[in-house]
Amino acid sequence: MQSLSSLFPLGWQHYLVGGLLIGSGAALLFVLTGRIGGMSTVFSSTWSYLVQRPFFQQARFVESRRWRLVYALGLILGALLWWQGWADGAPQHTTLPWWQLLLGGFFVGYGARLGNGCTSGHGICGLGSLQWPSLLAVLTFMATGFLAANLFARWLV
Amino acid sequence: MNALRALATLAAGMLFGFGLSVSTMVRPEVVLSFLNLNDMGLMLVMGGAVAVVLLAYQFAPRVLRRPVLDDHFHTHPSAWNQGTATGAALFGLGWGICGVCPGPAIAALGTGNLELLWALAGIALGALVQGLRERV
Repeated sequence: MQSLSSLFPLGWQHYLVGGLLIGSGAALLFVLTGRIGGMSTVFSSTWSYLVQRPFFQQARFVESRRWRLVYALGLILGALLWWQGWADGAPQHTTLPWWQLLLGGFFVGYGARLGNGCTSGHGICGLGSLQWPSLLAVLTFMATGFLAANLFARWLV
Repeated sequence: MNALRALATLAAGMLFGFGLSVSTMVRPEVVLSFLNLNDMGLMLVMGGAVAVVLLAYQFAPRVLRRPVLDDHFHTHPSAWNQGTATGAALFGLGWGICGVCPGPAIAALGTGNLELLWALAGIALGALVQGLRERV
């Protein structure tokens, strides 16, 4: 038990339950609508409402932009349900400075779209459909994520 | 999009967002704690999610002839090429800096964590710049 608490100092049950629920959401989407529900495409497909360049007007974005926004709205409502029903209802805060969120977010958006997937697209849907390119993508972003987080933590302290 | 399908999509998204909140992945501090190897929780989150999705993707098309509310099951093949490699590397870099990925950036709005709007704006901006640099 000693080693378990050193691997998971905040406990492990909520991680597993949360993961099973996340998977159930993506699974439900597939069983009911046949769709593969990664989360990063919505950031390109939504721009198709505003930007007329051919890249954003591709059928894969224009034809999926509505359901992707509905799916994203569901994410917010699901989190809201948890916040109001299971948490204390006090707004959650992060101690990270705004520029760190904006800078990191920029690379997250740019990289996820260039690489056609993020933690849910390659990580959950890609691995869930046993695609080796997604496994390579996951190993790549885990490696650079580990490097960046450690360098950044050291550089900032 | 027919109303029933929209409702199903909303419900699936809600389950996803509820799970992200339960798993605390909507908190960048928890994600960074994983990437700094202080808490291995994210492995359980990902493992649990992959296990359920794997079952659904493998068995649903064998058991059902079509999805309950539509006419065919989609596939989304991934490819390993220059774009995927560079993109995944840059995605990881950003993820290690801010501890926020696309799903949590959206879901966190539902937990009142409005600071994460900075990350959401960054992701939207990054996706825009990526698309503008792309030649079709």
